[in-house]
Amino acid sequence: MESITPQHFLILAFLLFGVGFLGVVIRRNLLLVLMSLELMLNGVNVALVTFSRTGQNLDGSLFVFFIMTVAAAEVAVGLALLVALYKKRRSIFSEDAGLLQN
Amino acid sequence: MNFVDLLFLGFATLALGGGILMIFSRHPVSAALFMIISMVSVAGLFVLLEAFFLAILQVLVYAGAVMVLFLFIIMLLDVGPEGAKSSRLKLVSGFAGVACFSILIVLSLLLVFDSSPISQASTLWPALDQNSLVNGENLVFSTRVKSFGFGLFTKYMLPIQVAGFLLLAAMVGVIILSKKVIREEKV
Repeated sequence: MESITPQHFLILAFLLFGVGFLGVVIRRNLLLVLMSLELMLNGVNVALVTFSRTGQNLDGSLFVFFIMTVAAAEVAVGLALLVALYKKRRSIFSEDAGLLQN
Repeated sequence: MNFVDLLFLGFATLALGGGILMIFSRHPVSAALFMIISMVSVAGLFVLLEAFFLAILQVLVYAGAVMVLFLFIIMLLDVGPEGAKSSRLKLVSGFAGVACFSILIVLSLLLVFDSSPISQASTLWPALDQNSLVNGENLVFSTRVKSFGFGLFTKYMLPIQVAGFLLLAAMVGVIILSKKVIREEKV
């Protein structure tokens, strides 16, 4: 095998994003859906840092910084919503979350 | 195939394997533990890309704060496994602990010793200009934290203030969300 290249990092980033997307689509447990969202954001971060390093431009790394900030805020609000849903419905599965149905 | 390739293969396998095991695990606690393995391996990939500050942030924010928040919520909601026995949980948590600890040991050994394979890794990428912060209009990538501070407080001054306001809004939103439910229970 030849030495690693930026392409290897980009393929890995794509696969991480794909695994996270698969988790968002197939899981019914909303906790697992939130975790898979974090995995998707991580895949994007790897791609951004790779482009930032090979392009010798700091903008990509600073974008990763902001993505981490937004992800932390998103997890806090998402988990608070999940606790509120659990108090109302006694369940954290996505098919029980239809608060506007019936 | 040198040592850096082996490191990349190891980190990539752990990141992808942790993610795949996470989305297919039945117990939420073991999913969170596999998630921690994946996050710490991504921090290792950042080290191979010479983004040391982002690697530290990744371990602190994701593996530290976010996953502890997830584990707290799992504990509070007391959600059990989806029709599986939880006897494998000790095995999974032991595996996750050993994996994360060894990744962090490898990373710190790589960073402490100067003649480490990291200097080999840097030959894979374009050479770094460590002396200047800006090149014309562009901010230059460097391994120093100083360049991050410079970029955040010059070119990205407005976005970092918006990010601070977003964190404030998230905090107020979480407090209001939790408070409302308590009030409804009292009535």
